[in-house]
Amino acid sequence: MGAPFLIGDAMTGGYGPVDILHDCTVAVDKGQIAVIVGPNGAGKSTAMKAVFGMLKLRGGAVRLDGEDISRLSPQDRVAKGMAFVPQTSNIFTSMTVEENLEMGAFLRRDDISHTMEQVFELFPILKEKRRQPAGELSGGQRQQVAVGRALMTQPKVLMLDEPTAGVSPIVMDELFDRIIEVARTGISILMVEQNARQALNIADKGYVLVQGANRYTDTGEALLADPEVRKTFLGG
Amino acid sequence: MTPSIRALVVFIGVGLVYLIVGFTQSWALAVTILNDGLIVAIMALGVNMQWGYAGLFNVGVAGFFGLGGLALVLITNPPAPGAWAAGTPRILGSLLFGAVVIWGALRLYRAMEPGRKRALSMGALLLVGLILFRMGYDPAVNSVEAVTPASTGNIGGLGLPIPVSWLLGGVLAAGAAWAIAKTALGLRSDYLAIATLGIGQIVIAVLMNEDWLDRGVKNIINIGRWPVPHEVNLQKQQWFIHLAQSWGIDVRTASTVFVGICFAVVFTCILLVLLTLAELSLKSPWGRMMRAIRDNEIAAEAMGKDVKRRHLQVFVLGSAVIGIAGALYVMLHGLMAPQSYNDPLRYTFLIWAMVILGGSGNNWGSVAGALIVMLLWDEAESVGPAILGFLTSPLPAGLIKQHLIDNAVQMRLPVVGAVLLLVLRFSPKGLIPEK
Amino acid sequence: MDFLNALTALFNYVIIPATSYGSQLALGALGVTLIYGILRFSNFAHGDTMAFGTALTILVTWLFQSWGITFGPLPTALLALPFGIIGTAALLLGTDRVVYRFYRKQKAAPVILVIVSMGVMFIMNGLTRFIIGVSDQNFADGKRFIINALQYRKMTGLQEGLAIRTTSVITVVTAIIVVTLLFWFLNRTRTGKSMRAFSDNEDLALLSGINPERVVTVTWLIVAALATIAGVLYGLDKSFSPFTYFQLLLPIFASAVVGGLGNPLGAIAGGFVIAFSEVIFTYAWKKVLGYLLPASLMPDGLVQLLGTDYKYAVSFTILVIVLLFRPTGLFKGKSV
Repeated sequence: MGAPFLIGDAMTGGYGPVDILHDCTVAVDKGQIAVIVGPNGAGKSTAMKAVFGMLKLRGGAVRLDGEDISRLSPQDRVAKGMAFVPQTSNIFTSMTVEENLEMGAFLRRDDISHTMEQVFELFPILKEKRRQPAGELSGGQRQQVAVGRALMTQPKVLMLDEPTAGVSPIVMDELFDRIIEVARTGISILMVEQNARQALNIADKGYVLVQGANRYTDTGEALLADPEVRKTFLGG
Repeated sequence: MTPSIRALVVFIGVGLVYLIVGFTQSWALAVTILNDGLIVAIMALGVNMQWGYAGLFNVGVAGFFGLGGLALVLITNPPAPGAWAAGTPRILGSLLFGAVVIWGALRLYRAMEPGRKRALSMGALLLVGLILFRMGYDPAVNSVEAVTPASTGNIGGLGLPIPVSWLLGGVLAAGAAWAIAKTALGLRSDYLAIATLGIGQIVIAVLMNEDWLDRGVKNIINIGRWPVPHEVNLQKQQWFIHLAQSWGIDVRTASTVFVGICFAVVFTCILLVLLTLAELSLKSPWGRMMRAIRDNEIAAEAMGKDVKRRHLQVFVLGSAVIGIAGALYVMLHGLMAPQSYNDPLRYTFLIWAMVILGGSGNNWGSVAGALIVMLLWDEAESVGPAILGFLTSPLPAGLIKQHLIDNAVQMRLPVVGAVLLLVLRFSPKGLIPEK
Repeated sequence: MDFLNALTALFNYVIIPATSYGSQLALGALGVTLIYGILRFSNFAHGDTMAFGTALTILVTWLFQSWGITFGPLPTALLALPFGIIGTAALLLGTDRVVYRFYRKQKAAPVILVIVSMGVMFIMNGLTRFIIGVSDQNFADGKRFIINALQYRKMTGLQEGLAIRTTSVITVVTAIIVVTLLFWFLNRTRTGKSMRAFSDNEDLALLSGINPERVVTVTWLIVAALATIAGVLYGLDKSFSPFTYFQLLLPIFASAVVGGLGNPLGAIAGGFVIAFSEVIFTYAWKKVLGYLLPASLMPDGLVQLLGTDYKYAVSFTILVIVLLFRPTGLFKGKSV
């Protein structure tokens, strides 16, 4: 196995003087899905933000396709082909669905209509509602807009922070299906999930974090099968 | 440098500058500026209580200041029996009626279900109330204003001793502040600022236009003073003439300076009393709670503190202090000139600059800031043209040069602005930081 | 006939003045609301920005007049306007660079920025007074009326006259053009949309690669244009003095807040709500009613609800009512 496409390697750091992450590693291979799970306050979202450059690392590095990007700002990482969907406030509520997608492609100077068609193919409901303000959509549809906006940059890696927070189980299944579809187009996906069991089901790789450090790392399947993991983190 | 030594250094420095003004320019000027400075220091104390203690954004300072002046007029001026006969009771009755209508509208608001019906009935009540009010009020105002319009034409005062009016100046301002606080204190900080700006302008519009109250733009002159003597009386006193001769200055100048010093002593005493009370309150459990609320409103609320009530208290108290300053200001000049208050830059925002410069939250800082900024402001009138005259000396005499020198005094505005911005940027805690 | 006379008086004294005043307020409020949406603070220096832009325009107007350049029947000030806008834009960009940017980088609380804008207000106010003095300036030239009262009476045979002043028409036409351009810019162009996105959700805008400094620069440029145009139109219509413009802050804020801070459409609606209320409450209705009511029912007084000196009380009352009952404004604004 070669070096993973994106890796946050042995990351240590936090928002203030206190470190939240301790020697924490998360990685994802090309076209695969990696999922970070763990109890509340385990530093899952922090690990995600560290990979995206939203907090300062005291130790470790982030590498994209072999290149060290630890020093780049989040904006520069977007230009490098990373896209990030925050957990909350992840759409422009006062703008139409179409405008949300256009803003996603803000850095691109070429024709974006083809990418927009692809997003509409992936999320047909968005095409129907393209002229509606995104703030008027339902929770699941908003998440689709958020993912769609991130895809507009034609990223190589898509990072999702709890994409299914606050949506119904049916919508959650549908969202996971779409995420698998996205991965099939060759985009690597790194996501944090609260719904550990369902997420590990679709994951090629799973990371269980506890107190900012790696506790278990394996394929999604293996983690689901591990009695220890099941007992402690998946509720039996 | 500990904060108290720092404060001492600042105050000695300020004192020295005032002395320099006295020695190099004139003592009359130094004392005039000092008295202006002491009055704005009291205002700054009030603003600091609201902003520094509680983070309340009041930019209606000029309004409360004007109300304090109004109180002095209404309390100490001689009664006007002619006006009373002409319709003072009817004016007061109409105002009472107006208050009842507003109260009734508020009751209606609470009693009825939300909806169009409530809006319509409240609107109807207010409109009918306004018409009835005007029917009672307008004729009475006209007849009161018709009584010896050249000299009075207003409802006169109560003829009470002047110190009473200092207190009641505070009370009047506090009353207005209470009414405002009841409606606007729940608002976000910059909304509160806009609301108080509006209130300030309305109060000043009332003072300028309601001639029955304070003769409006016609001004009230010869307002009494206490316990300071009048210059004319002093000039006749034998002991004073001797005193002036022993100083080696003429009697008129001596009387001006002497009266100014008397005022300064009175104002300093009042300032010190208020300052002591303010410091004591800040150190009391009440003051600690105030600051806790300012620093973290949500946490304080979660701990069961009644934030709104505390804010109301400090807003009313701060406004009362500004009102007291307003009464003193009118006493100093013996003149109620409502039009002069119509300058929020001078009477509101300048005070803010003083509080920020001195150090928000620190009462001593506000006083120091007031004395410094007032000096800067007043000196611009004499020094500004001189500096510009010097700077433009290479220019040929002409319209442009004359224009620059004529408008030189306006440069004090940018100077105050620049001082404010520099302090905010490089020393946001001010000259004497909060402990 | 009496009805037409009443209608004429209504147009002459209420509808036309309120429409042009409303247009001026709307342009002013648009500036306030854009700054609030993008830079997230209430700019107390906005009245003085308008004053500064207008003062510059007046100076250039005088220069043109001294060269003998005029604009035919239209005011020369319209020719000078672009120069006023450029000067104001330079001042605002300079202020942003020297003053505001520091606090933006620090992510300072909005209330700190409001106090900072008070300092800027002092500087701009003093600068304007220093440049042009404190006295009133009338700088409208060209043709005064499109239709004057006499012509109107001759034309219609009515007793009541209607005067349409050139400046009223210029105000309304300019306002329509400016607002159309602004909305086209905000809704149709890439930069305009990025401004809306930034105003809507700053963090997400950054994640999308929108450059905040560019958005802020464009905002100040637009604000400079809006403020100068609003100020020049107001000055043409009435007159210019630094203090009057400073006082405009209250009705302008009221318009922006009533419409919903941060919402451009709301700022326009708010401007007209405030302008019409002010005029309706302070107009003496005796004349209009005189045509409509029989003599026996005619009230004695002027039928004026409030003296014109209390016009600020009207904007203020509407402001407070809206804040208390609908804090985000008539149109949905944002709260920072």
